[in-house]
Amino acid sequence: MDTKSVVRAACAKYGSDRDRLIDILWEIQRASRHINDEGMEEVAAALGIHRVEVEGLVTFYSFFSSTPKGRITIRLCNDIIDRHAGADAVGQALVGALGIGFGETSGDGAFSLDHTSCIGLSDQAPAALINDVVVTNLTPAKARDLAELIKQGASPEELISVTGDGNNSHPLIHAMVSNNIRLRGAVLLHEEIPTEKGLAAALAMTPEQVAGEVTDAGLRGRGGAGFPTGRKLTLARGFPAERRYLVANADEGEPGTFKDRVLLTERADLLFEGMTIAAYAIGAAHGILYLRAEYAYLREYLEDVLKKRRDAGLLGGDILGSNRFSFDIRIQLGAGAYICGEESALISSCEGLRGEPKNRPPFPVEKGYMGFPTVVSNVESLCCIPRIMDMGSKWFGAFGTEESHGTKLLSVSGDCGKPGVYEVPFGLKIEELLQMAEALDPAIVQVGGPSGEMIGRGDFHRRIGFEDLSTGGAMMVFCARRNVLEIVDAFLEFFIDESCGYCTPCRVGSVFLRERIQRIMNGAGERSDMSYLEALGQTITATSRCGLGVSAPRPVIHSMRQFPLVYASLVKERKDGLQPGFDIQRGLDIARKIARRQSMIYDPRFGGKDE
Amino acid sequence: MSRHHESSGQEDSAARISFTIDGETCAAIAGQTIMEAADGAGVYIPRLCDEEGLDPQGSCRVCTVKVNGRPVASCVHPVGAGDVVENDTAEIRGWRRDLVRMLFHEGNHLCPICEASGRCELQAMGHRFETFEADLFPYLQPVRPVDASHPDIMLDTNRCIRCGRCIRASRDLDGKHVFGYVGRGINKRVGVNGIDLSHTDIDLDDMAAALETCPVGCIIRKRLGFFSPIGRRLFDMTPPGTAIQKRKGNSK
Amino acid sequence: MKRIATVSLAGCFGCHMSLLDIDERIIDLMKLVEFDRTPLNDLKSFTRRCDIGLIEGSCCNEENVATLREFRRQCDTLVGVGQCAIMGGLPVMRNAIMHSDDPLLECLEEAYLNSRLVYNPTNDMPNDPALPLLLDKVYICSQVVKIDYVIPGCPPSGDLLWSVLTALINGTPITTPPGGVKYD
Repeated sequence: MDTKSVVRAACAKYGSDRDRLIDILWEIQRASRHINDEGMEEVAAALGIHRVEVEGLVTFYSFFSSTPKGRITIRLCNDIIDRHAGADAVGQALVGALGIGFGETSGDGAFSLDHTSCIGLSDQAPAALINDVVVTNLTPAKARDLAELIKQGASPEELISVTGDGNNSHPLIHAMVSNNIRLRGAVLLHEEIPTEKGLAAALAMTPEQVAGEVTDAGLRGRGGAGFPTGRKLTLARGFPAERRYLVANADEGEPGTFKDRVLLTERADLLFEGMTIAAYAIGAAHGILYLRAEYAYLREYLEDVLKKRRDAGLLGGDILGSNRFSFDIRIQLGAGAYICGEESALISSCEGLRGEPKNRPPFPVEKGYMGFPTVVSNVESLCCIPRIMDMGSKWFGAFGTEESHGTKLLSVSGDCGKPGVYEVPFGLKIEELLQMAEALDPAIVQVGGPSGEMIGRGDFHRRIGFEDLSTGGAMMVFCARRNVLEIVDAFLEFFIDESCGYCTPCRVGSVFLRERIQRIMNGAGERSDMSYLEALGQTITATSRCGLGVSAPRPVIHSMRQFPLVYASLVKERKDGLQPGFDIQRGLDIARKIARRQSMIYDPRFGGKDE
Repeated sequence: MSRHHESSGQEDSAARISFTIDGETCAAIAGQTIMEAADGAGVYIPRLCDEEGLDPQGSCRVCTVKVNGRPVASCVHPVGAGDVVENDTAEIRGWRRDLVRMLFHEGNHLCPICEASGRCELQAMGHRFETFEADLFPYLQPVRPVDASHPDIMLDTNRCIRCGRCIRASRDLDGKHVFGYVGRGINKRVGVNGIDLSHTDIDLDDMAAALETCPVGCIIRKRLGFFSPIGRRLFDMTPPGTAIQKRKGNSK
Repeated sequence: MKRIATVSLAGCFGCHMSLLDIDERIIDLMKLVEFDRTPLNDLKSFTRRCDIGLIEGSCCNEENVATLREFRRQCDTLVGVGQCAIMGGLPVMRNAIMHSDDPLLECLEEAYLNSRLVYNPTNDMPNDPALPLLLDKVYICSQVVKIDYVIPGCPPSGDLLWSVLTALINGTPITTPPGGVKYD
């Protein structure tokens, strides 16, 4: 098909709705494997918008490309956990077997090779995406086998020989992913969770009562920020508006977090039930599940669950025969942007815009999706709501601590014997978790992923909860032989890659942080670099526009605080005043070749004296 | 479209409130941003991405102030009754200097050869926050191609500070869409609505191409450079903020 | 009495000219300092260790690097004077050459062979062994050695040079003169 017909078909599928630009671009990307100049012009013409708006989206989301990609695109996760698990060797094996480097596409257009940030499979690392298909627990040998099959023309789906436990083997998912549920708590992962009892209980109450019950339960946002969910519902309801929206945030992009993947796989009904109750509480008729592109393999299954719910009268008009409440959910697929996990950026993305955060105030509860009051809530928070409705706020509040009610799903990965998902009551000590996870020699735990907190052995007595260690769920465990600065550097690389670039401090400052960390890693650091990093970090944190920028310096600041001796052993007091990063010999190599002579100053054979 | 219309529309019904900037009591109209209120009171808050007549964007962060102890961008943050605003403190000056420096080091800002020198707002901010200690930030030295395709207008994104003023001017004032953001993170920059500038409908009368719109030397008019002698250029005579600070004198 | 050394690397000597713009204050300066290595007295090497080194220009070639390092070794305080020393100035425009894989060669060919204004019948590029080798790109001073202070401007005004210099010599806080700092 030529570009014009591809674009025409894509736009037609979404009624030439400008707000569905991401879905339209996905159609074109899948059909043509890129969105070129002509494609951008055509989309703009078809939607009555401007080409530069389309280009703005294509160049913002990492799963879109303006240059042709292969029929098969392999995206190897290069998160630090995956690299510790051997992703680099896997990468080399892929390069060797496919004959192309990272960022390249084979000459015949058959395949492309790329790196990608965490894809939510840290407990079965190294992992990669092959188009939408997930492959896990890779080794160089396995990678070579996969590459051979791909070269022989196998489709990504044909690469899957074994499927995982639970719904991972469901025909609509069919993934080689394991759930790795290590500990089931009473709230979410309990084997026997009744269906739709929460919804029935909720519909028997007034919306205000529902929001009140959630508030009484003390449910706080599970994404990490911990805003009281009940208050969010009440606030959104309080703003007079003709429409309201309920959005489930399944853009689980924080490296080392994968518990929502398990909920989406095993508790889809519970999630949709929770969304329905929350929608009832705020008076929303429309809901959106924002699914990160890395979880596209779950989409068909989730669509099927939604369909079954519609058929059963659990979604659509007149839910449960209530005669007064209708609600439906659509799935919005992301396109590769961590920043879209930030609620206002997520809303931008749902509106078919670049996934940049909006100015706040006004907050989404007042002016969100399309300018209407919108509640954006984490998948896990929404899953808690039906349980609260069913069992009561007292039951829920009995788990956990005074300020942190209920249980928390933790995604444990890294140097431990039992990586996977743990549902624990709030208040659990890190050392208790490490014991359960069979971490033999833990030296560093990154609580809440790169934007969370890095702690060392001295802090393992601390507890999980909003009053102490608040976390979206990531628990990255590193043993003593890991290099702290390598971890910090990887996190900074992640923040730089994922910064939307809107504000100066995050866009530029995080690049400067990394430059200095790398200088220290290369043995060229000085003691004054520590105060430089501290001051730069303060400016970035104080002046950034959203949480990403505020968090970007954290790995640096926390690691300097937790491991001062590591830094002290690397930085030197230089007396000669020279910049060790400057390499005069390398700087002269090109001139030597052009002039076909050696240096009179810097080549000893020619009497060079300076060093 | 502009916030100034919005606030003037509400003026009759809106309540007058008071707040303080650096200890000085100022009046404001509810619904104004801190920057609007400060401008009205004759207190200048340094800024780069904001320009009178355009919707505020809040991206350069140079206008960061502390409100009741919390840093916010004053161009987009609404003022509240009784707010305690800190503007000209050593801490905030330090942040602003860092931000201005970041922009200098992110692009290629070679003042001695730049046509915008003397009327460049980034340069003026540099002059304002300059210190004599050697700066430690690295220079990123981008090498993006210059777009000289258009007969009258040139675009050098190596000097772009991502303020988006051209984008908003083209969209909201000219009713066109010549510019837009492309790329993300450190690769985010201003793109044009076509394969290059000559394929857009920009022309010299556009506000997007007006000298006041681009605060730096990214959008340049061809055949128009160095038109005022050094010492007599816009910011040689009246550095940014002069007009606002004069208001204070008048109101007293 | 403080000792001062000055040098112009890849610069235009404009900053040195500007130093002479302090006019009759040069007599006061002579009372405060003694000049060691500097083009002002044509001294080509250090006679002894100095308190302050003023650097004009950036590093284009190996000789610039060797000179700058020598200054770092010989001076307690190094001051980058002017935009070239601070951020590369005009010479650093070379770093934006991007149309080939070998920017240095592209630069030389443009200068000596291809430019429309070049008359070069023998098609030779200067390559005398006495010529220092060029660096792959222009390095600003702070990329090569540690710089302690900077005096911005192209060139900095005589007044600004005077204020900063006297402050450094007397160990007093630097005050900006009327007219302030200018980058051009």
